[in-house]
Amino acid sequence: MPELTNKERMAIPRQPMPEQDPEARSRNFEEVNLGLTEELARMEAERCIRCPKPLCIAGCPVEVKIPEFIELIAVGDFAGAAAKLKEDNSLPAICGRVCPQEEQCEIKCVVGKKNEPVAIGRLERFAADWERVNLGIQAPKVAESTGKKIAIVGGGPAGLSCAGDLVQWGYDVTVFEALHEIGGVLVYGIPEFRLPKSIVKAEVEGLEKLGVKFQTNYVVGMTETVDEMLEHFDAVFLGVGAGLPYFMNIPGEHLIGVYSANEFLTRVNLMKAYDFPNYDTPMIDVHGKNVAVIGGGNTAMDAVRTALRLGASRAVIVYRRSEAEMPARIEEIHHAKEEGVEFMLLHSPLELKGDENGWLTSMVLQKMELGEPDDSGRRRPVPIEGAVEEMPVSVVVVAIGNGSNPIIHRTTPDLAVNKWGNIVVDGDTMKTNKKGVFAGGDIVTGGATVILAMGAGRTAAKAIHEYLQNPETW
Amino acid sequence: MNKIIEANFQAPDVKFFRIEAPHVARKRKAGQFIILRVDEFGERIPLTIADSDAENGTISIIVQGIGKTTKKLNTLEAGDYVRDLVGPLGTPSHVENFGTAVSIGGGVGTAIAYPTAVALKEAGNRVISIIGGRSKEYVILENEMKQICDEVYPTTDDGSYGYHGFVTGKLQELIDEGKKIDFVLAIGPIPMMKAVAEVTRPYGIKTVVSLNPIMVDGTGMCGGCRAIVDGEPVFVCVEGPEFDAHKVDFDVLTSRNRTYILQEKKALESFHECKLEKKIDEAVVEQKSAEEVTHA
Ligand SMILES: Cc1cc2nc3c(=O)[nH]c(=O)nc-3n(C[C@H](O)[C@H](O)[C@H](O)COP(=O)(O)OP(=O)(O)OC[C@H]3O[C@@H](n4cnc5c(N)ncnc54)[C@H](O)[C@@H]3O)c2cc1C
Ligand SMILES: Cc1cc2nc3c(=O)[nH]c(=O)nc-3n(C[C@H](O)[C@H](O)[C@H](O)COP(=O)(O)OP(=O)(O)OC[C@H]3O[C@@H](n4cnc5c(N)ncnc54)[C@H](O)[C@@H]3O)c2cc1C
Ligand code: SF4
Ligand code: SF4
Ligand code: FES
Repeated sequence: MPELTNKERMAIPRQPMPEQDPEARSRNFEEVNLGLTEELARMEAERCIRCPKPLCIAGCPVEVKIPEFIELIAVGDFAGAAAKLKEDNSLPAICGRVCPQEEQCEIKCVVGKKNEPVAIGRLERFAADWERVNLGIQAPKVAESTGKKIAIVGGGPAGLSCAGDLVQWGYDVTVFEALHEIGGVLVYGIPEFRLPKSIVKAEVEGLEKLGVKFQTNYVVGMTETVDEMLEHFDAVFLGVGAGLPYFMNIPGEHLIGVYSANEFLTRVNLMKAYDFPNYDTPMIDVHGKNVAVIGGGNTAMDAVRTALRLGASRAVIVYRRSEAEMPARIEEIHHAKEEGVEFMLLHSPLELKGDENGWLTSMVLQKMELGEPDDSGRRRPVPIEGAVEEMPVSVVVVAIGNGSNPIIHRTTPDLAVNKWGNIVVDGDTMKTNKKGVFAGGDIVTGGATVILAMGAGRTAAKAIHEYLQNPETW
Repeated sequence: MNKIIEANFQAPDVKFFRIEAPHVARKRKAGQFIILRVDEFGERIPLTIADSDAENGTISIIVQGIGKTTKKLNTLEAGDYVRDLVGPLGTPSHVENFGTAVSIGGGVGTAIAYPTAVALKEAGNRVISIIGGRSKEYVILENEMKQICDEVYPTTDDGSYGYHGFVTGKLQELIDEGKKIDFVLAIGPIPMMKAVAEVTRPYGIKTVVSLNPIMVDGTGMCGGCRAIVDGEPVFVCVEGPEFDAHKVDFDVLTSRNRTYILQEKKALESFHECKLEKKIDEAVVEQKSAEEVTHA
């Protein structure tokens, strides 16, 4: 393609993402987005006007060199684009799929001022997928062994990215994971139709090739405490995520049919309950039933779309604010609507009711309206007096967020945590108050995003590297 | 992958396993459990650690085959492997010198109570054990209990061995005899634990039960194991499994444990069919090889 003027670039419309037909995909677990073709990707890449001072980079938590990798796609050097991405982002195939781009990199894109922004996330995904399919995951060079051992606790994005950097710098790295599979929320939470497990697996295999060791079925705190680990590791990184589901504390939450989103998604994703009885883990049969999911975040969207795929006749999001306040990615809300998910906005559950055998039968809801903005700047929902309704429902999935799991701090009494149980760290180095112990990801920030967890893992890796070169500097 | 070192039946459908798990053996305390997955398709199920040997790096479990997973597990033999095994999980039993402690086990519950009975003895208690079974062949661990307890009373529902009746009958008898009982540990089917709680409640005897809700991760991540204790929800895998029997809502536990009753039945049927098919396949192979021999 000849060199285009900015005006010509701005005139190219945002290229469509090929996706599965909504009708078909709402009943299967295959990936919704199919990925850009080479032609679409190169056309989309031409839309970037290569700003001399690219604002998009500032929107990305790990400052991916966006115009540089996009330029490489435009000229057809897809391998080069993937390599450029990996300088800042160790999991581009994953971030390209699940980052909330519309509020990070893409919202800052200047093309977006007049037109739709450059599809940075889709291009990122394209380059990473192209590399994986055509070349396999490229193993970077590993430095000579430092002879130092590092324990990474938790196999989510924070732990994996920390492990990936440290192994390249010559450390002997072992990842300890409580579950039987590596990936954290990427394997037990985010469903196949949004993030195929084969992609996570390829990343894990890539790390294995570099020499990272994985010890699954190992609950740090129970199987071995952090203090015991410090006796035979030079440093410990805690990336244990925010795995403690909140419930609503309303009557009836013990009824059969009430799941936390973590349990609902774990049964389906990690344990493959959708393929029961080929897999042994069961799930309440939702065929022809009403399923309500409480919440408005990514977790809620994943749960409700999963319910549809499991055969629910009605799958409903119940959210106490309005759509504008929903924290979920816009693409997920849009996909959910296309697939037939219903939205009951400005409704808040008051009570769950069941039959004499303890099975959930209905949910009592309070209607809300928006009042004044609260501390977070979002308009606070307030109950409309007397506006109460009852809805028949067989399964309710509670997706109102996660707190921090107590196992680590209960078994490491001198580790500083705040009142929510989040580990307290120095923001620049991810150092905890305990010598040799670093932490990052959701356990520090509370439930956040994959890219933030990944960024924290890499910041910690750098700090661990510095610390181990001069341990007396702690 | 964890290797099975020893496997043998203790009673019909109740099998003892010694399994390699050095990390677990090193750390575990009485009252804790593991979660295992038999194979790649398997469900994660919790099982109490009956005993451990830190030196040899093994733990023991005693499994009652009641559904697909436990029956599948019980087909394994020494030399076989289980796919995944994680632990120790849960809060260890609270053990102190109460005075006289009664350990009550119903069915496989005796295996779950056994390590805590040992710990109670080591803490200086006088320990009385009541071992309940449907009939004589279901009374397990009697010899092991005899080695550590001051008194051991087997009971059978049908009277084929020991005291004729339920464990609660024997417990009431001991109370009526005027035995001073300071602590009761009751582990077994939910109706049994509930009945024991009602026997001890009027006397104010401190009573602890071990709850058996359906679990997935066993680390507090899913909330599926929640039970109601003292009117509040608790995550049994982290806060338990042992709780004050007088505060547990047994009805909620009973109903929640019935969540997958239809699926469990289906799973068991498919398992039996699968075993049957395997038998038929084997028969065909045998027949074929017999034919080959005759043809040769
Ligand atoms: C359903 C769902 C959908 C989401 N969708 C998106 C999205 O679209 N985009 C986005 O950016 N973010 C999304 N998020 C958020 C994102 O997944 C998390 O912010 C991110 O995974 C946090 O990474 P982490 O490494 O800190 O923790 P996790 O991913 O939670 O990983 C922690 C790991 O540590 C293990 N662990 C815990 N305790 C121990 C222990 N004691 N010993 C050993 N191992 C332990 C856990 O089993 C887990 O594997 C979603 C979250 C959920 C739940
Ligand atoms: C802390 C704890 C310790 C236990 N220790 C022992 C032990 O030492 N020996 C022993 O034989 N059994 C023990 N159990 C019970 C054992 O876990 C169940 O018998 C087993 O999970 C049944 O699985 P199944 O597929 O064979 O049967 P299914 O047919 O699936 O289920 C039979 C019944 O078991 C319960 N159950 C089903 N799935 C689970 C699950 N994932 N987690 C927990 N319960 C479930 C339900 O009440 C169900 O109705 C323990 C349970 C708990 C919670
Ligand atoms: S990592 Fe996420 S925020 Fe950064 S450029 Fe890629 S998609 Fe955008
Ligand atoms: S802001 Fe937009 S147009 Fe400018 S460099 Fe970034 S992606 Fe390209
Ligand atoms: S088993 Fe998941 S929280 Fe207890």
